Amino acid sequence: MGMQDLTNIVYLIAAILFILDLKMLAHPRTAVRGNQLGALGMVLAIVATLMSGTWDWTYIILGIGIGSLIGAVAALRVKMTSMPELVGLFNGFGGGASVLVAGSALIATFNAVGAGAAAGDMQMKVATVLSGIIGSVTFFGSYVAFGKLAEFLCVKWKLHTWQKIIKYGFSLVVAVAGVWYGQILGFSPLAIVFVVSMLLIAAMLLMKKDRFPGMNLLKSLSAIASVALGVLLVLDPSNTVLFWVLVGVAGVLGVVLTLSIGGADMPVVIALLNSYSGLAAAATGFVINNTVLIIAGSLVGASGLILTKIMCKAMNRSLANVLFGKMGPTADTPDADEVYKTVKSASADEVAMTLEVAQRVVIVPGYGMAVAQAQHAVRDIANFLEDKGIVVEYGIHPVAGRMPGHMNVLLAEADVPYDKLKEMDEVNATMEQVDVAIVLGANDVVNPVARTDPGSPIAGMPIIDVDKARTVVVVKRSLSPGFAGIPNPLFAADNTLMFFSDGKKAMLDLLTALKES
Amino acid sequence: MSSLIMLITVFVLAIFVGFEIITKVPPTLHTPLMSGSNAISGITIVGALILAGALEGQALFSPLAKTMAFIAVIFATINVVGGFLVTGRMLKMFQRK
Repeated sequence: MGMQDLTNIVYLIAAILFILDLKMLAHPRTAVRGNQLGALGMVLAIVATLMSGTWDWTYIILGIGIGSLIGAVAALRVKMTSMPELVGLFNGFGGGASVLVAGSALIATFNAVGAGAAAGDMQMKVATVLSGIIGSVTFFGSYVAFGKLAEFLCVKWKLHTWQKIIKYGFSLVVAVAGVWYGQILGFSPLAIVFVVSMLLIAAMLLMKKDRFPGMNLLKSLSAIASVALGVLLVLDPSNTVLFWVLVGVAGVLGVVLTLSIGGADMPVVIALLNSYSGLAAAATGFVINNTVLIIAGSLVGASGLILTKIMCKAMNRSLANVLFGKMGPTADTPDADEVYKTVKSASADEVAMTLEVAQRVVIVPGYGMAVAQAQHAVRDIANFLEDKGIVVEYGIHPVAGRMPGHMNVLLAEADVPYDKLKEMDEVNATMEQVDVAIVLGANDVVNPVARTDPGSPIAGMPIIDVDKARTVVVVKRSLSPGFAGIPNPLFAADNTLMFFSDGKKAMLDLLTALKES
Repeated sequence: MSSLIMLITVFVLAIFVGFEIITKVPPTLHTPLMSGSNAISGITIVGALILAGALEGQALFSPLAKTMAFIAVIFATINVVGGFLVTGRMLKMFQRK
């Protein structure tokens, strides 16, 4: 058995450990161990790679050192409320790494001393193209998702210094890289395509709004151009310039695809980019003929696709509609003033009185809870009620928050036991027996119009049926619409009390009121 | 069987394995699933290391390719180290009572 066989066996063990990792994520009890097994698999794969040959260690040690430092600091310092941004950012690094590895392999193969004609079979060429397109879309798309979640892209308001540094710094680097490389190539026609792509990306990332005329046309154009350049690259892989032009044009596609996505659509896009980062890794595996990359990449690709599907289903929208459509009120959307004529507002004391006589309470959190950082205060209320013998549970809508599972992570951070977090279907099944449903910073996911009005933009979307509970308390700062831009008749229902306040302050006031009575 | 068909077989089977095991992950753990799978996609580090460590005179040596691979090593390591650490951090919160 040669060295190569030994390396491949270790790769197989690593792949098995990755599968076990994901399998053990099926339950919180086994998940921690699963994650450790996954990390062990990664270490084994890296060690096996490094033992399989002789290397120039400078870049290896330096690269791993810098990467570990950045990764560790980011992972250990990030707040749980910022988890969507971090995952978005990590997706981008994955996509970027795949592009660079594929590009590097292409250049190495065709520029290397003595490589000659033997190099570069069809498999490698096609895989390099795929890796370049998917990886670049992932890299730039993830940057946009990160920037929108961290609220420095497509916004009109004044930015913090760190936001300005990232925003202008990134655009500057993209623009300078574009012009610099274009100039090296002597501004040939191909080089001009590259320069224009990079300048376009830089400009779009500086915009203060997330839509512009001709955006859907640009989506189609950049997609077609990416494929066309891909075909050209397969026909003439020694023309490595084509690879960069491909990356630039696919980058435009990545930006336009994600730029107009916001709010409740964000979980879909984050899941989709997650999937792409895996598929890009798998494509890179085909470039360098490496099975562990293919297996790991396809596991991640499958994972992201499943999540994307779940998120789309939870909004009753197709993926195409999320990526190309526009969510908003329709012509026959009822007027908000008309809908909200009978809104009843309540104070903390009144809400406390309602809660005291309850036997079952369900709390339905939304993105507003994350913004207000109200998860700890919510847990305090739940503990207080439970001490009085009241049953408290949480009803979690799949798209509540900005990424799949966002609400669950926040509540887990606040020490809410895992078995109290109920899925939508489970909580809906017994909603009629719920005395008080507390809606905290959620809107569209509890809008009964989804069930009743087939003409509404959210028609058919599964919702948490809080309107069927005996009393509904909605904690919200104002009557402003949610992401769908339509009024919510729940707020004016007979059994609804509106508790106008910031989520965290509302919960703290409510706790005081409960303790005093 | 050609090596390409072999690799495609591996790819397709792995996708199926992925679908089977991931549909069993409960929605509560979807965020750790994303960050954890993200860490796994950092496996591109294997490719990055081979290209970044190429010695002068070897088949895969090119200064430009090496520089690109060096950046890829940094990116992939951020993914791997950051991904596994942050997933572990989250999962510990779900575990405690």
